[in-house]
Amino acid sequence: MTTAWIAVVAVGLATVALKGAGTVVYADRPLPRGMAALMPLLAPALLAALVVGQTATDGRALVVDARLAGMGAAAIALALRAPLLVMLAAAAGVAAGARALGAA
Amino acid sequence: MEASTIMADAARGSQARTRTRSAEREARSGRHLRADLVAGARAAAPIAIAAGLFGVSFGVLARDAGMGVVPPILMSLTTFAGSAQFAVASVLEAGGAVTAAIVAAVLLNLRYLAIGVSVAPALRGSAGRRLAEAQLAVDESWAVSQTDGRVQRGLLLGAGLVLMVAWTSGTVAGVLGGSALGDPADYGLDAMFPALFLALLVGQLDGRRARVAALAGGVIALALTPLVPPGLPIVAAALGAVFALTVREVRQ
Repeated sequence: MTTAWIAVVAVGLATVALKGAGTVVYADRPLPRGMAALMPLLAPALLAALVVGQTATDGRALVVDARLAGMGAAAIALALRAPLLVMLAAAAGVAAGARALGAA
Repeated sequence: MEASTIMADAARGSQARTRTRSAEREARSGRHLRADLVAGARAAAPIAIAAGLFGVSFGVLARDAGMGVVPPILMSLTTFAGSAQFAVASVLEAGGAVTAAIVAAVLLNLRYLAIGVSVAPALRGSAGRRLAEAQLAVDESWAVSQTDGRVQRGLLLGAGLVLMVAWTSGTVAGVLGGSALGDPADYGLDAMFPALFLALLVGQLDGRRARVAALAGGVIALALTPLVPPGLPIVAAALGAVFALTVREVRQ
């Protein structure tokens, strides 16, 4: 088996198990009360972590680069209640522009 | 606020939720499923364009990493989680060990343990069916499937299917079509996903607890980034949700 196949099979199996463990353990019964109260707050916590992680980090380094300019444009588009596609295009366009002007 | 009062509040809230949940479940089974599937697919449509473009760039990177044609495509179908797949291709492309690639990807996907638990109450049917449906949970489909703090099965499956088709088709195009596109960063595509997550996040901030969870999650993720391997800061950000339970809820 090649390196690629080993990685694909191992990561695939691990991910299937990670995504599916919850529904296997909590089959047809409600979540424990404390956990149920926690679940609605999981989305804002994880989404915020994804936002800062994908805007301002690279591996273990905190970085300021063109992505931050793109996020500024996205925030403005969001505040103006622009459609999602317009907001995404603004983020990509401004990041690309900043990069073309020499930002990392 | 006293801790005991918070617990009592939480208990009353969860009892009320359990009652409405079972009523809603009845109402939604069957008749509403098709409408939810369509609504989920529609909500995911603009996101799917971004996912498709990223699928192309994953395909290109995977091919440059010498992963061949079938493995990257199969990976998009089975792993179906962008950041972990990019991590594998990046490590292999840089000549890293396969164990390093696997560990990095599994760390990045650890958050799916929590996401899988939050999805669990929405799924029904045999164990095999629930296991299969849970695979359609990816950050974006999970975020758009949240209704009043709960995951709605039809929304999750509709959005997940559209995203899986877009992500996998993009991967096929990238693997076969090649690097005519150049570096995705030149087009600012790497700024599109945090922007997307920001839009999804803003839709979630409907109460004081949600805002505290977001703030705490973001701060935790940033603070831990230099200290622990990639992927773990996002997992630790879940503690922001635990912290948010300690503040009194105020809905807008």
